[in-house]
Amino acid sequence: MNKAGERLFNGLIKENPTFVLMLGMCPTLAVTTSAMNGLGMGLTTAVVLALSNMIISVLRGIIPNRVRIPAFIVIIASFVTVVQLLLEAYIPALNTALGMYIPLIVVNCIILGRAESYAYFNGPIPSLFDGIGMGLGFTFALTCIGAVREILGAGKIFDIQIMPDSYTPIGIFVLAPGAFFVLAALTAFQNFLKNRRARAGKPYEKIQSGCSEDCMNCSDKGCSKRFYDDSKSKVEEKAKETTDKKEAVETKTEKIEEAEEEKELEVVDLEKEDK
Amino acid sequence: MSDLFKVSSNPHIRSKVTTNGIMLAVIVALMPAAGFGIYNFGPRALAVIAVTVGATVLTEYLFGLYRKKLTVTDLSAVVTGILLALNLPVNIPLWMAALGGIFAILVVKMLFGGLGQNFMNPALAARCFLLISFPLQMTDFSCDAYTGATPLAALKAGESVNVMDMIVGHTAGTIGETSMIAIVLGACILILLGVIDLRIPGSYIVTFVLFVGIFGGHGFDPAYLSAQLAGGGLMLGAFFMATDYVTRPITIKGQYLFGIFLGLMTGIFRIFGPGAEGVSYAIILGNLLVPLIEKVTKPRAFGMGGKKHEK
Repeated sequence: MNKAGERLFNGLIKENPTFVLMLGMCPTLAVTTSAMNGLGMGLTTAVVLALSNMIISVLRGIIPNRVRIPAFIVIIASFVTVVQLLLEAYIPALNTALGMYIPLIVVNCIILGRAESYAYFNGPIPSLFDGIGMGLGFTFALTCIGAVREILGAGKIFDIQIMPDSYTPIGIFVLAPGAFFVLAALTAFQNFLKNRRARAGKPYEKIQSGCSEDCMNCSDKGCSKRFYDDSKSKVEEKAKETTDKKEAVETKTEKIEEAEEEKELEVVDLEKEDK
Repeated sequence: MSDLFKVSSNPHIRSKVTTNGIMLAVIVALMPAAGFGIYNFGPRALAVIAVTVGATVLTEYLFGLYRKKLTVTDLSAVVTGILLALNLPVNIPLWMAALGGIFAILVVKMLFGGLGQNFMNPALAARCFLLISFPLQMTDFSCDAYTGATPLAALKAGESVNVMDMIVGHTAGTIGETSMIAIVLGACILILLGVIDLRIPGSYIVTFVLFVGIFGGHGFDPAYLSAQLAGGGLMLGAFFMATDYVTRPITIKGQYLFGIFLGLMTGIFRIFGPGAEGVSYAIILGNLLVPLIEKVTKPRAFGMGGKKHEK
């Protein structure tokens, strides 16, 4: 279970999907107009992320390498549909606030990214906790951004007035540019903390994205290479292709035979009709 | 002998023009507009100018302390502060003016690397920031001297305006934009000193006049055209902000293109847009296009190109 804890920490702090990996920027910028929206969006994504991670991990032996992305999308989309129907039924206010962005969770790059880089290569339990950790990290980031924007742009947090009445809200923060300002400022703050840690001589934490490599300094073991450029896998793929071709040839011959049979049958039918 | 072997990288020819000198010239050239603003709107205009200049200079100084590279002495922060104040209405709360100054220097200029690296005019970006954030306060132009709409808004509403008042500057508006005479006087100083030339302002204004003449619905009616020219921030924008060295194209062709683009955008915003004014947004949009304009109008290097011989 130690691994589960490590996954949680990894998702929340070390590889926070928003502030470190810079994934899922579309919902991050679009729906964080208030702390509540950020929290709702984050939790919705977290649920989908954890469940889809687990299912993909369970099915990783069955899903063929070549069609893995469509398979992931189908699994993710099923969970998104479930979650959206649940939201519509039980929290309609949040559903209307998030609107189009709930169906768009299907193409959220955090979910696809975790499936691709972690769940497809690890067991179900670590994958589940990876999903939970990443989801909570996303929730944390979105809530932070939403809270700052709500305080500055509306003088409230979670719809509770906290600024005095004399405070004039800075309207730009609830509009699109404000999202960029706040995201940039929070990311800068996070990097500032990291740099201070590094300067204090504490061990520098490399980003490990499934392939246990730092994405920034990735030379040849990166996630994309793993699928497309590795010479070993190429050989394997070639072998596979040849077997595929053989199979294809066999099926073709079968088809031709079937077609011929059908033709014969048709001929027979015609003859019958003639008669 | 020793001079003979001095090896250095280019540039070998040094101009006596310094950043300080240019900034000082711009400050002097802004004085007529600022002075008229203070005369026109009263001492509160002076307070707004003082607050924005204080905010910009202090921000630049503190940032310089933090980065251990003091750049505040190049006076560019003062120019930004004055320009920003001239773009604000006189009754704006002073803390908003200060916030605008901080935003201009910190976010638009210093975070992108300081003077020479900012991709937008800091004063205008700050004006747009304030305009989006506080639309009520930023468009409230009524004060002791004037009530009612700005001449441009009146013009848009189809009312008649006194063109003479607009040219002299006895109208409502932001602190520095009302007096065409004071702005043109300042622009003449800059042109005589060789700080700016007429490429951008000229192409900007000519394009704008043509556009308004064609699409404005009044034809080339001189009263209407001169009201459009004298009203709003067009003159201030054309002479002082579109010509900002950092955010204008370097190439000569590019500068004409830039001016034409600004004229078109300002015309579109003023005539087809919901608001009466569009100079700030036009210039900011133009600033964003500058890298593209420079790429398109890059002059051919000497010795390169010419007609290619087909093999």
